[in-house]
Amino acid sequence: MATRRPRIYGLLAEFKQPEQLVAAAREARTAGYRRMDGYTPFAVEGLAEALGRRSTHVPLITLIGGIAGGTGGFLLQYWAATIAYPINVGGRPFNSWPMFIPITFEMTILGAALSAVLGMLALNGLPMPYHPLFNEPRFALASRDRFFLCIEARDPRFDRAQTRQYLESLGPQAVMEVENL
Amino acid sequence: MEPEAPTPTNASAVRRSPFIQPGYTFGSVTDKIGSIVLTRRFGKGWWAGFLLAFSLVLLLMYSMTYLFVKGVGIWGINIPVGWGFAIVNFVWWIGIGHAGTLISAILLLLNQTWRTSINRFAEAMTLFAVACAGLYPVMHLGRPWFAYWLFPYPNVMGVWPQFRSPLMWDVFAVSTYFTVSLLFWFIGLLPDLATLRDRATKRAHKIVYGILAMGWRGSATHWYRYQTAYLLLAGLATPLVISVHTVVSFDFAVGIIPGWHTTIFPPYFVAGAIYSGFAMVLTLAIPLRAAYGLKDFITMRHLDNMAKVMLATGLIVGYGYVIEFFTGWYSDNKYEFFVAMNRLFGPYAPFYWALICCNLIAPQLLWFPKIRRNVVVLFVMSLVVNVGMWLERFVIVVTSLHRDFLPSSWGMYEGTRWDWFIFVGTMGLFVALLFLFIRFLPMISIFEMRELVSETSGHEGGD
Repeated sequence: MATRRPRIYGLLAEFKQPEQLVAAAREARTAGYRRMDGYTPFAVEGLAEALGRRSTHVPLITLIGGIAGGTGGFLLQYWAATIAYPINVGGRPFNSWPMFIPITFEMTILGAALSAVLGMLALNGLPMPYHPLFNEPRFALASRDRFFLCIEARDPRFDRAQTRQYLESLGPQAVMEVENL
Repeated sequence: MEPEAPTPTNASAVRRSPFIQPGYTFGSVTDKIGSIVLTRRFGKGWWAGFLLAFSLVLLLMYSMTYLFVKGVGIWGINIPVGWGFAIVNFVWWIGIGHAGTLISAILLLLNQTWRTSINRFAEAMTLFAVACAGLYPVMHLGRPWFAYWLFPYPNVMGVWPQFRSPLMWDVFAVSTYFTVSLLFWFIGLLPDLATLRDRATKRAHKIVYGILAMGWRGSATHWYRYQTAYLLLAGLATPLVISVHTVVSFDFAVGIIPGWHTTIFPPYFVAGAIYSGFAMVLTLAIPLRAAYGLKDFITMRHLDNMAKVMLATGLIVGYGYVIEFFTGWYSDNKYEFFVAMNRLFGPYAPFYWALICCNLIAPQLLWFPKIRRNVVVLFVMSLVVNVGMWLERFVIVVTSLHRDFLPSSWGMYEGTRWDWFIFVGTMGLFVALLFLFIRFLPMISIFEMRELVSETSGHEGGD
């Protein structure tokens, strides 16, 4: 018999306070759950750490973008001013690099800023207009005043009944099954 | 320290009062700000204001069309004053934009939580001001349909831009500034757009905010990367905003015109920019908080802080005026000294003294806490500073040019009606965009207000 895709995306526990969610996330991780995520109306301090997220590549991407922007900006000016279209201004050197600094600087910032934003969106997998979590009507409160913990069905330790029981033991407002259509 | 009574009356109470009035929860903050966009009706006041502003936009379009047909000759510019209103207004608008970035980026890095309730519309102000500013150099090109020649792209003419020119630096500085401000603003909006999407009841709202929110779902992992990116953007925008007005001042300082060729220009321009920008934030914040009942979020303490920033930057600008004059004298260059004296006593002296009154003398009233807490006086003061800063740029541009090295090439400059139409028109564009903004996007960052609630009032998350 072929293994069927899990019918549900995961189990969603709703909390009223951010601290409760952080505590629950930490506990669930200790209990061995890995495929889970918290959903909050604002960035809750310590939640990402509690879920085991240690680092992100956003700063590295930004750095690379900045270096690429700056180098590209300078080389473009150098190439245009010395090779492609040299203009002799009173015998001054073609590679008048001090005059190229402002644009090099602006291009560094532009490259870094664009890569920070696009890198963040790409790593987050956005834009993603549909997500199974949106099937749960109460999930709309995640952008208002509720704090959610979702243990996903693809977690190796996931078991529909047991995990539900476990989540309920963490003291949430409610535990819901999220359908995966 | 415990947050205190709701309506502070004396100085120390304002200083200690919280940045959000107590009693708000995550939910009520969300509803209060979100409902302005989602459920509030378009009032008569909104329509009146918007239509007035929009009629000025029509004036702008009419004037620009006439300008493009006839050429820049319809303006008052000529030799010796080849830079008139276009450059004055360009610098003025760009300067106004700077406060938005300062509030959103620099105050974020300095951990100033009071920025939270004013950063969103200050950033919007930045975008709209930079958009207005950007129009002027393009209009000044003479053949604006070739504006894209300013950008380096491979072309059949085999020509490349002159990267050694400050005007070229301007192109890069201003376009980078606009792009980064837009990114910063949009990224800041993303979680709030998701809130609007989730709270929307009308189909049109659901679709538009749903698309704009990009499927943001508030995942902790996403928030983690989001915050990193946001902080990095703030760190990048900080040197950027300083560089932009520095580059703008290079337009003048790199030239050898007496009165422009000074090293004080970059810092003096940056301070002036922040000064005028905060004045504009006050000009906008004071009516907005009254009209939309946001006095609990934009408190007296915010206005007080902004007035203090204005006072401080105003003093730096004042220092700039003194040094400008000092340099003119100390340089022992007769042209430099002539320009300095000509500003004080020449044909444009009334403008100079008016700017001194507006920028240097009047703001000294802000030393008094009573004045800083008087909303009406503060509003008038912010207008006075805006006028003063416009006069400053006018004096810098015109007085330095109108007396050329040779007396035979001396001249006078005044704006024609087209100069004024276009200036007033960009004001209309700015205001019209702001009117649209406050009705279609949350003018206060909702998720940051929730954060503020969670930090200040203990945790009363639920309803």
